[in-house]
Amino acid sequence: MAENKGIISMINGPVIRGRNMRAFRMREMVMVGKDRLIGEVISIDGDKATIQVYEETEGLKIGEEIISTGRPLSLRLGPGIIGSIFDGIERPLDAINRMSPGYLPKGIGLISIDEEKEWEVSLLVSTGQKLGPGQVFGQVQETGSVMHRLMVPPGISGTVVSVVPDGRYDLNQVLVVLRDDNGREVPLKMMQEWPVRTPRPVMKRKPIDRPLITGQRILDMFFPIAKGGTAAIPGGFGTGKTMTQHQLAKWSDADIIVYVGCGERGNEMTEVLEDFPALIDPRTKRSLMERTVLIANTSNMPVAAREASIYTGITLAEYYRDMGYHVAIMADSTSRWAEALREISGRLEEMPAEEGYPAYLPTRLAEFYERAGMVETLNGQEGSVTIIGAVSPPGGDFSEPVTQNTKRFVGAFLALDRRLAHARHFPAINWLSSYSGYMDRLADWYKENAASDVVDLRAQALRLLHEETKLLEIVKLVGEDVLPDDQRLILEIARLLKNGFMSQNAYHSEDTYVPLSKQYLMLKTISHLYSRAYKAVRKGIPISRIRDDKLFDRILRMKYTIPNDDLSGFDGINREIDRFYDELDAVYA
Amino acid sequence: MRNEYLRLDRIEGPFVVLSEVSDAAYDEIVELYADNGQSGRKGRVVLLDEDKAVVQVFGSTTGLSSINTSVRFTGKPLTIPLSKEILGRTFNGIGEAIDGGGAVYSPSRGDINGRPVNPVARQYPRNFIQTGISSIDLLLTLIRGQKLPIFSGNGLPHNELAVQIVRQARIASEEGSDFAIVFAAMGVRHDEADFFIRSFEESGVLERVVMYINLADDPIVERITTPRCALTAAEYLAFEHGMHILVILTDMTSYCEALREISASREEVPSRKGYPGYLYSDLASLYERAGMMKGRKGSITQIPILTMPNDDITHPVPDLTGYITEGQIVLSRDIYQNNIYPPVDVLPSLSRLMKDGIGKGYTREDHPDLANQIFSTYSRVREVRDLAQVIGEDSLSDTDARYLEFGRQFEERLIKQGFNENRDITQTLDLGWHLLSIMPQEELDRISPEIYRKYGRK
Ligand SMILES: Nc1ncnc2c1ncn2[C@@H]1O[C@H](COP(=O)(O)OP(=O)(O)O)[C@@H](O)[C@H]1O
Ligand SMILES: [Mg+2]
Repeated sequence: MAENKGIISMINGPVIRGRNMRAFRMREMVMVGKDRLIGEVISIDGDKATIQVYEETEGLKIGEEIISTGRPLSLRLGPGIIGSIFDGIERPLDAINRMSPGYLPKGIGLISIDEEKEWEVSLLVSTGQKLGPGQVFGQVQETGSVMHRLMVPPGISGTVVSVVPDGRYDLNQVLVVLRDDNGREVPLKMMQEWPVRTPRPVMKRKPIDRPLITGQRILDMFFPIAKGGTAAIPGGFGTGKTMTQHQLAKWSDADIIVYVGCGERGNEMTEVLEDFPALIDPRTKRSLMERTVLIANTSNMPVAAREASIYTGITLAEYYRDMGYHVAIMADSTSRWAEALREISGRLEEMPAEEGYPAYLPTRLAEFYERAGMVETLNGQEGSVTIIGAVSPPGGDFSEPVTQNTKRFVGAFLALDRRLAHARHFPAINWLSSYSGYMDRLADWYKENAASDVVDLRAQALRLLHEETKLLEIVKLVGEDVLPDDQRLILEIARLLKNGFMSQNAYHSEDTYVPLSKQYLMLKTISHLYSRAYKAVRKGIPISRIRDDKLFDRILRMKYTIPNDDLSGFDGINREIDRFYDELDAVYA
Repeated sequence: MRNEYLRLDRIEGPFVVLSEVSDAAYDEIVELYADNGQSGRKGRVVLLDEDKAVVQVFGSTTGLSSINTSVRFTGKPLTIPLSKEILGRTFNGIGEAIDGGGAVYSPSRGDINGRPVNPVARQYPRNFIQTGISSIDLLLTLIRGQKLPIFSGNGLPHNELAVQIVRQARIASEEGSDFAIVFAAMGVRHDEADFFIRSFEESGVLERVVMYINLADDPIVERITTPRCALTAAEYLAFEHGMHILVILTDMTSYCEALREISASREEVPSRKGYPGYLYSDLASLYERAGMMKGRKGSITQIPILTMPNDDITHPVPDLTGYITEGQIVLSRDIYQNNIYPPVDVLPSLSRLMKDGIGKGYTREDHPDLANQIFSTYSRVREVRDLAQVIGEDSLSDTDARYLEFGRQFEERLIKQGFNENRDITQTLDLGWHLLSIMPQEELDRISPEIYRKYGRK
């Protein structure tokens, strides 16, 4: 063991250097100093190695030792993850708070999921059975909504030589013993380990074919995110990145949510912890916390662990995907992760590329987003990881490196707009600069699962919104009154699309989440109004008569007045549209 | 207590490079004595490399030489004495008393860097603080435990606004005796600091104020420690003594400039506008020290003040601040030029915590809808003003003309208010409804029918 101890020779914030480090490996996890701070080897040069430390280095001294752990920065994977909150390297914040209430202590050490807790396990294999990587040998009801499937770790296979009976076990007890091809016995436990920076293997990738339904109208109808796809939400401060991420974490139809608070506010994690347990998942009718895991490395926590938190999150997501679940991971904010890279890189005196970011920033972003996907898992199930990353561009300027490079690697780009946010139009997603590259691949799904004309309705609505933008340029110069009536009608309909459809109030109990069926009927109703009103315009009826305050007001408020669980009100509204324009037609016949 | 003569290799700006150092700890405080002098100056270890230590000296390095200086390593980070005795006292940026009242002695000392609060241990803030200022109470509600900065510009009345908040805000609990103010001045002018001190005096709270003062001509290295001392004191009073603390940090722009200057002298790779890449994390280590904690009575409400260089909200200092704080109160030169105090531009302003602290059971049930509507109506006012510029007011439609009228009255009657005028929340909400009565009802699309029936005016 003696040669596996290095000696600290340099300390510069979260970056330290050691000598006597020949036996250490790149990306190995180490323990630093007398407080046993956790760190990771990030470069090796002969006898010297550089280490990023995941805790504050205050008080650390030259000459203190660096201890090898012999393994890369890894997660312990097993029951006890869902419903918990971890720091950036999977240390449970709850347990830490019990050990040391209030402030985070120094030198927390390497703790992870609770290995002593016993779980009720059902074993699903018998002796003599052949098992391959990823195959499920048992299961545990981890929470009311999540069945945790115990899988043979990747790279391991063999014949079952022994199985314990169903019963209560802890994470370290051997449940199944395999004999592999070389005659070696391999014990299987509830817990396995996986290095965070290595993607977990899958059988194969599958094409994207269905949306992540979020209950947010502008997303589901206009800019859908695909299951297994990637999306970025860039926006200056206060434009609604976090709210949007919270809304997705609450309402999207994923089986598992991994929420990574990366370098953001402590209170926002507290808010999730206070709110989620009380919120009910519309699909399982159980508490949302029963499908959610939180990773919190807030802005005031050590910066190196912020860098790791993204990988911790995605590794947890892949692990549940491997069980055959659809997992969505939200990272708020990926810019803070990129800044952590920059800070570490700066302390290493690497040559900076754009705005001080290291030249490998695009590679790291690409590697991260590539871990999303719809896959066939090793055990032949279907599973997916969807990544939704917030981006915080300095000064709200999207031309900066993190936004630009992220844009290259994501399928949907939901651009938040400061002007909309200032007018309190939320979600402040700009309908002109946002896009979803998934729409073509999802069209069939929408036609089958929503309605056959939904794709056309969407196209019509977006066309009207584009028209409106052009018209508003004219209005700015001459006012609205001089426009011909057919163009004024477009302005009126666009106003309804904006205020009655796209704007959605996260704080309103009925509006916060809206099922697809209602979203469709809302769009359909506005479209119906447009076609009736348009016919009236063509007949030469003045817009002042066509735009009836009461009728338009009723449509504007349908999001509040028609309950999500009883959509019969739409018939009434559509009948009223017809009645109104029939009468108008009669007057002008 | 090691008193050592070491080799002092280099002195550069605020940095001293020592060699033949052993057993030094990262971030520990050293004391440097020139010419066997009695009173030492302090410094902090910012880099250790083999037997070399780079020490950042507080105060100045003037008079130090490579042969006349002895150094003592304290083995401890910078700490300040903590006791209730600090109330009413004034300290410098490294926590030394400067009011002639002598040093504060206390067995308990706090590391000025603090520790990050475990997110699990935080309590989400939800209590409304009435400031008596309509624009804030109605549209940018301050919540106890919030960090809500004032984004201002040179020459705008941010100090007056802060003082008015201090004077009028009801931050204490019902009993009213458990509040205190912690005031940190970083690089401010003498007359600005005096203005605050005088106002504290006039409102009779001086006994409840703790001040950490680093004026414009004080050492810039101490500008970095000033807010940390202040927040350490605030945490002590809030979470050890259950007090409700209002922390004023001014001027954060000077603070950031000091950080930039020090970073540049260490030849660190700069990011935007020469500020170090870690500016965000550094600011977060201050702002995140606001809040409330589970099972503890007190709270820390922060009002940092910053002046936006060139009134530019995208400048790194306001920008990174806005990314960390729970909203911002933005002051506008245009509004101020129209003779409106406080010149709050409500559109770019935001209180992120107001959603949970207003409405039924907190302020009044109509508050959320009303605020929402006023934001939306006023943002339309701005568009109509642009249009009126082009086509003339006379050519506006009737509805647009009403928007202009609303805008005028909103600024003149709701935003504008006296430095000594204290409006309670009911008064403010009623005023809001009164102003909305200028608009035709169908323009009020953010107000639910029930609320309109109950509170709307025609
Ligand atoms: N969907 C929404 N519904 C209502 N209010 C919203 C919505 N999205 C954002 N907001 C408002 O905007 C504020 C800022 O949103 P937030 O997500 O915290 O911004 P960011 O993370 O981009 O800084 C929130 O405090 C809230 O008042
Ligand atoms: Mg945010």
